[in-house]
Amino acid sequence: MSTNGMTSWAVDLKDVGAIYPFQGSETLLVILGLAFWIGWHIWQIRHENAELKSEKTRANAERSRKHIDRY
Amino acid sequence: MGDNLSALTVIFTEFYYWMTVVIMFLIHVGFCMYEVGASRRKNHLHTLLKNTMAIPIVTVTFYLFGWYIYSAFVNGPGITGGLAAADFAEPWSPLMAAHLQGADPALGVSAADAALWHRLNGVFWAAFALFSITTASIISGAIIERARVGAFWIIAVLIGSVMWILDASWGWHPLGWMVKLLGYHDAYAAGVVHAIAGGAVLAVLIVLGPRLGKFRADGTPRDIPPHNVWLVTIGLFLIYTGFWGFYAACNIPIISTTAIAGQITGDTWTTTNIYLAPTSLSAITFNFLMSLSGGMMAGYVISKGDAFWTYSAGLCGVIAGSAGNDLYHPIQAMLIGAIVPCIAYKMHYWVERRFKLDDAVGAVAVHGYGGFLSVVIAGFMLWGQPSSPYEGYAHINPLGSIIGAVIMFALGFIPTYIVARILNSFDLLRVPKEVELVGLDFATNEAYDAAVADVTAAERAMVK
Repeated sequence: MSTNGMTSWAVDLKDVGAIYPFQGSETLLVILGLAFWIGWHIWQIRHENAELKSEKTRANAERSRKHIDRY
Repeated sequence: MGDNLSALTVIFTEFYYWMTVVIMFLIHVGFCMYEVGASRRKNHLHTLLKNTMAIPIVTVTFYLFGWYIYSAFVNGPGITGGLAAADFAEPWSPLMAAHLQGADPALGVSAADAALWHRLNGVFWAAFALFSITTASIISGAIIERARVGAFWIIAVLIGSVMWILDASWGWHPLGWMVKLLGYHDAYAAGVVHAIAGGAVLAVLIVLGPRLGKFRADGTPRDIPPHNVWLVTIGLFLIYTGFWGFYAACNIPIISTTAIAGQITGDTWTTTNIYLAPTSLSAITFNFLMSLSGGMMAGYVISKGDAFWTYSAGLCGVIAGSAGNDLYHPIQAMLIGAIVPCIAYKMHYWVERRFKLDDAVGAVAVHGYGGFLSVVIAGFMLWGQPSSPYEGYAHINPLGSIIGAVIMFALGFIPTYIVARILNSFDLLRVPKEVELVGLDFATNEAYDAAVADVTAAERAMVK
């Protein structure tokens, strides 16, 4: 048993194709990759919304002037 | 070199490694920026010199004995055989200097050694020297602002020129006993560089103790923010950049099947990993970027957008994939690169709270836990695959990888703990409390202020 089908390198390399493990799962991997990417954007937008909302409520006139002066 | 094709191959290989050495130097520019950025202004010069001087100290000791250890200790010795012959790596060998291939038995240069090493010894040695300096430098950041430089430089030699290269000889050499018996697979040095360095960092931190003020009276940790987050993050960016050279240097760029003792059949020349098993630069380029990306994206989430941890998680992501990035699918590399930094991040804060350890840059987490998990995961992901083109070697397997990861971490932890205890017993490990409070650059800063006052007063006096 081998996760990429290779159990020995005593082969002619011109006859060897893919060598990554779990060949045949490419579609599943792409779905996982898409889910990771889209999930990241959803989390990021939600987090940014919450962060901006929190900052907006804290930004009173005195704090605003202080941070404007800080440049 | 027998013919023009052989000559071209050797000189291409020589140039290839020379380039990797230059690129790897960026890792150390990055380390310096990162550490100085993470330290407070009162400790800048001390922090900078502590890290930078590891470069010459490890280089010299790696020339004197490190390179020899790598080639001579592949059998343990005493596990699969005795000390291996490594005449070409002895510091008095003519092959450890400018050489043009002629055999000279009187000086210990055989025809076989001369043919293989006359042009490649220097660049191979230098690539490994850069790995050594990196391994030592990983320790430096965690112990900033309170460790004595002399203590660090001794530990840097211990880890950089002895322990890591011993573990590389065992588990990162085509003939290493861990590869033969355990099926240990660690293509881009997750265990042999990062786990051992993480183990060493943990040992020093236990003996050294936290920075003054790091923990409140009730034991809860205080944040000691970097004085310059920009410098820290750009430093980490440079470490990523140098890491490209590190990855490339872990491969043999071109080799004929006959040069691998005819184990691989046919006439197709190939790139190989350090074990002489086939891979390609495309494979590692896919996987380097995807594991880096997985780490950065996951780090951004787990740290809620903290710049320091987002970048550190990117580095941890690459390390997480490193044991198997010669063979993974890029999306596998990305997912591994995303999961491991999350575990490392959680463990960092758990260990900090539970054991009151002050790891100023998260080195145990990023390198230690990241490297350890990388090797373990590769054991499962690559289960049953050949660890080497040579016959009779164990195949890659989970148990061998777990044992291997423990060996790597322990090889860093145990000797460093002993040496740190000895240094501490002689009051050589930590600076005095008074000096830590005023800053390690106190005398330099006082002299600087006095010099500025003196010269400005002199110039003012010249104004009529």
